Amino acid sequence: MRYIEEYRNKEIARKILEQIKCISQKEINLMEVCGTHTVAIFRNGIKEILPPHINLISGPGCPVCVTPLRYIDEIIALSREDNFIITTFGDMMKVPGSTSTLEREKARGAEVRIVYSTLDALKIASDNPSKKVVFMGVGFETTSPTIAWAILKAEEEKIKNFLVLSAAKIMPPAMKQILESEEVHIDGFICPGHVSAIIGSYPYNFIPSQYGIPCVISGFEPLDILQSIFRLVKQIEKKEAKVEIQYKRVVKPEGNRIALEKINKVFTLVDAEWRGIGKIPLSGLEIREEYASFNARKLNVPVEETREIEGCRCGEVLRGVITPPECRLFKNICTPENPQGACMVSSEGTCAAYYQYGRKR
Amino acid sequence: MKEDEILLSHGSGGKLSYSLIKELFLSHFDNPYLERLDDGAVLDIEGVRLAYTTDSYTVDPLFFKGGNIGKLAVYGTVNDLAMCGAKPLYLSCSFIIEEGFPLSSLEKIVWSMKEASLIAQVEIVTGDTKVVNKGAADKIFINTSGIGVVREGVNISGNNAQVGDLIMVNGPIGNHGIAILSEREGLKFETAIKSDTTPLSSLVIDMLEVSRDIHVLRDPTRGGLATTLKEIALSSQVEVEIEEEKIPIEEGVRAACEILGYDPLYLANEGKLVAFVPPKDALAVLSKMKSNKYGRKSEIIGRVMKRSEGIVYLHTAIGGKRIIDMLTGEQLPRIC
Repeated sequence: MRYIEEYRNKEIARKILEQIKCISQKEINLMEVCGTHTVAIFRNGIKEILPPHINLISGPGCPVCVTPLRYIDEIIALSREDNFIITTFGDMMKVPGSTSTLEREKARGAEVRIVYSTLDALKIASDNPSKKVVFMGVGFETTSPTIAWAILKAEEEKIKNFLVLSAAKIMPPAMKQILESEEVHIDGFICPGHVSAIIGSYPYNFIPSQYGIPCVISGFEPLDILQSIFRLVKQIEKKEAKVEIQYKRVVKPEGNRIALEKINKVFTLVDAEWRGIGKIPLSGLEIREEYASFNARKLNVPVEETREIEGCRCGEVLRGVITPPECRLFKNICTPENPQGACMVSSEGTCAAYYQYGRKR
Repeated sequence: MKEDEILLSHGSGGKLSYSLIKELFLSHFDNPYLERLDDGAVLDIEGVRLAYTTDSYTVDPLFFKGGNIGKLAVYGTVNDLAMCGAKPLYLSCSFIIEEGFPLSSLEKIVWSMKEASLIAQVEIVTGDTKVVNKGAADKIFINTSGIGVVREGVNISGNNAQVGDLIMVNGPIGNHGIAILSEREGLKFETAIKSDTTPLSSLVIDMLEVSRDIHVLRDPTRGGLATTLKEIALSSQVEVEIEEEKIPIEEGVRAACEILGYDPLYLANEGKLVAFVPPKDALAVLSKMKSNKYGRKSEIIGRVMKRSEGIVYLHTAIGGKRIIDMLTGEQLPRIC
């Protein structure tokens, strides 16, 4: 894997940084939308080597973090039912709902299994025909094709006890919402690489055309990110605004047609609740009526009343309005062992990244 | 929400484990030996310095590329003794076996424990067997305890790191973590990466031959290199700096980490050690390590900068700098 080394070359990094310093004049805010970018930026210490007037702001691109409290309560309610197996990606285990977490429900006897792909969940369903197996459908465009595929496969193989509780979301409407709210000034977007591999670059076109803000779709290696920052600075300084693809080795402008077809076949766009941001029109993916028998929401299991976590400012963190240390709970009562909000749970959450990789404390 | 039951994260070797040990076990069992929170206790018994340690082994899957639970149970305890600077001598071994467990698998495990004990030059001299109802244990659990002797003048402890010490590892990190993950149900992926399960006692004996002044030895098992360094920095009250570029990591491990979103610094190892060595002895120790078959790829990865409240910094490959903290909970593959 020479490949990885090439994208971590110190000499090249130094050269790109010099170029950035050379052309960068004004103070700018760049938002990295994706949680994987946030972690890569911290892991590689990128904030420290950039000129101080280039400010990186973390966006809403951690699927665990934007999942509303109500959804966690729904899944916890299902986990308390007899003869249910909840299958989930590991990240979701510790996310606090109104009064509990899946990790606690598991310790108390609920059957919760961590899976690494939707197909594992499907296998659990076919191995346990007497139980209802619910998969937690959380994720962005990168995950939703696999959820769609699992539902199609369940239909084909007549696995009737497989269900999905969807909280799948799409990214561009959230970026629009952030721009519309004008709470935070953004000069450029570092767009998510994995999501864009599915959706391509066209869905971002409204950002430069309607808001005059440049976008660069970036890879995840340190040099990818530095180069994307360089391209953004260049557009900003030249007063240009367009969508560029830095992550060309993976992202095509038209995206992945097959994956998009699968999403459209199984899901329909609905208004969706984003934790901290609120309801965003046509930003969520709900299972179409044709596949309603796979929709766990149709079971109408009673869910406890949603109780917001007092003092938690995840919402403002997700919108880029504050940084985690500005939250009173951060590092005091909110830690990765005892997270109060989702941003501290997911390894890709902004609060967790600040906690794990932050400055001296 | 304060925990009122034990969660899996309490056993992950990260922060929650650390606070369980500190707040519950240490507060009740409090004594100067345990207080050091080293891999084993060094006891003075009628003029002989005896190292004593114990460890329980549960692993899923039981058999993996490069080892199995039996080999792990022997080498793990041997390594804990070695990390006290001891020459391991005798082990005890007890099995908790789930009803219905195949005898052939048990035989395979026992056979490989025998082989491992021959290689590590220890004898299993006492033991116990319990069989529990189906479902009361997951297949098989093994506990081993061990004793070994520590030579005069050797004083190794996690709280003994000194300003100026150079920090070494004996080879590429993360192989065990990736080997186990790659065979775990639901995450099977093709990799050539094998677990590094190996005994470190001969390596430690070699190292002590050229320097009795080695200050710290630790094997970065669960929680990985990062957690181990942070623990040492905390208990020695020092500031440590390491260089990302110097840390040996095999390409396959790096690639798997990229795909899963893991940080190799937090992956488990079963045949690695971290040594803090004073600069005067560093080169001699390093070259001795490189001449042992378990240390051929040894590297100096950093140094102790100054006294402090216990901080570890990493200089990243591209010239950045970040803080290294303990693992919190299990590392989990990312969702996107």
